[in-house]
Amino acid sequence: MRRLAAFTGLFLMLAISAVARADLDIQITRGSNDAIPIAVTSFNANGQQVPQNVSDIITNDLRNSGKFAPLSSSNLIATPAPGDQIDYAAWQNTRASYLVDGRVESTGNGYKIVYELHDVFGNKREISANVTGSEAQLRQSAHYVADQIFEKITGIRGAFRTKIAYVISTGVDPNMSFSLYVADQDGYNPRRVLSSNEPILSPAWSPDGSKLAYVSFEGKRPSIYVQQLATGNRIKLTSFKGINGAPAWSPDGRKLAMSLSKGGSPDIYVMDLGSRQLSQLTHGSSINTEPNYAPDGASLIYTSDQSGQPQIYRYNFGSGQSQRVTFTNRYNAAGHFAPDGSAIFFVTRTSQGFQAAKQDLASGRLTVLSKTRFDEAPTVAPNGTMVVYATEKGGRGILGATSADGRASFEIPVPDGNVQEPSWSPFTK
Amino acid sequence: MQFSTYAKTLAAALSVVVIAGCSSGGGTQEGTDGGMSSGQQGTATTGGATGYGNGSGAGNAGAQNEIPSVRTIYFDFDHDTIRPEFESVLNQHAAYLQSHPDAHVVLQGHTDPQGTREYNLGLGERRANSVRQYLAVQGVNGSQVEVVSYGEERPASTGNSQEAYAQDRRVVFDY
Repeated sequence: MRRLAAFTGLFLMLAISAVARADLDIQITRGSNDAIPIAVTSFNANGQQVPQNVSDIITNDLRNSGKFAPLSSSNLIATPAPGDQIDYAAWQNTRASYLVDGRVESTGNGYKIVYELHDVFGNKREISANVTGSEAQLRQSAHYVADQIFEKITGIRGAFRTKIAYVISTGVDPNMSFSLYVADQDGYNPRRVLSSNEPILSPAWSPDGSKLAYVSFEGKRPSIYVQQLATGNRIKLTSFKGINGAPAWSPDGRKLAMSLSKGGSPDIYVMDLGSRQLSQLTHGSSINTEPNYAPDGASLIYTSDQSGQPQIYRYNFGSGQSQRVTFTNRYNAAGHFAPDGSAIFFVTRTSQGFQAAKQDLASGRLTVLSKTRFDEAPTVAPNGTMVVYATEKGGRGILGATSADGRASFEIPVPDGNVQEPSWSPFTK
Repeated sequence: MQFSTYAKTLAAALSVVVIAGCSSGGGTQEGTDGGMSSGQQGTATTGGATGYGNGSGAGNAGAQNEIPSVRTIYFDFDHDTIRPEFESVLNQHAAYLQSHPDAHVVLQGHTDPQGTREYNLGLGERRANSVRQYLAVQGVNGSQVEVVSYGEERPASTGNSQEAYAQDRRVVFDY
């Protein structure tokens, strides 16, 4: 999708200042009706200055999941500290189902977050724990607390310490810049891992979260690269004649599916990363691209326009056969499996434009998740609870996010430029 | 976004070539698609629409000593067919490439930003291939021509108007 071009000449400066900018705001665009009310206290630090607002980080994580409705600070009736006796009856009057209280302590070379979770109507303390880390790790420590609270209440593993990779572009042909970033899932701490004057697209995380595969046009031809995030070391995996696109990891990390047009038109291939052997899955003159493995590795979905319009198909490795999966709407593309394999997320074209959608695989039912005109590249959190997609607001590309049920949505802050191709990391560690 | 296949266009172009050839040569009867051996017609006759000859600079296009100044042609929405107004541009490039066997050109295929990025790489490649095949029909040596699709990655314009999209749907001759 098009984004309004920013000032190309100033791009480097802008990008750096954007990275340094600390006042990124998450914009809530839609709340969820069925969310669980939860009170999160201020996590004061006994008057000490703390470089991050730990309470806000936890509150935003819980709200953005769509599963919680944090009380506004004006509705908090007290600021209990860990260890204090809790007046559950009084908190029940606030209608909060849960209460999180805590404090931040300096450890000299870092910070300790001490926190508690209370079941207000159950009149009991559910968690009493702490987490310690360096100052640089303080946001991650706060996300860790949110993960623990989220999992305790919902039974679902929290994904607040995961990352999102995305591409920022500026300018128009022939003066363009492209950068590949990796940021926290809430948009903070964006780190540039690659810059180029030629297009970068389709970042894909290895299953262990240590590497990104992506397409880069450096050298004015597309190639698939695999880059180690910790070291920046990378290899050029393919540079066949024509399109080298759409890399997608197998769940065991040993293979990479991709789209290559070396045979005349784009087809799906799988490369064994050990032997570098290629096997071709699709044939014919249609466009076959955007592969994505099922979590069990027994099949993959891909986009094909063999019917005349792009639709999503599923290739079964056992039978060697493909079956069409999407039938609602004339344009369905860029599919990604839900982590449990029960549904796929993709781009669909409705009368309103291009939007993020979900289709349940058992029932075939399609649900449109996003509300705006230029939504694409939906990517799913590794716990399946949230979807991030590229969209546009005010003529600029931004990242939109929604709960996987479509009930809550918000925007993720990113550096200036046109953001595209978000890719949500797997769980790490 | 379905593009009609180039084959139809090629068949139509060849019919024109044949009809033109028949009327001037007078040796054959009405040409039909079925009667055409496309490979031979493609190399034997160039520019059915303009009718100039092949070979050593004969015909109205002549030898082209400069790289033609118009290096971008545009496409209709959902199409990879060559618009008639751009055939003369392609003919000039064909003549230049034939008179400069050492020249090499990259045909950059571009799309507008509607749709997904990887799928649009495929669409851009179809457009560039359409031009490559047109040049081949004019007799250009395939080794002088390379196709690189940029899809929607390098837009020519900003904004979401139909006019902006029309500027984006293009093939650029990059010598």
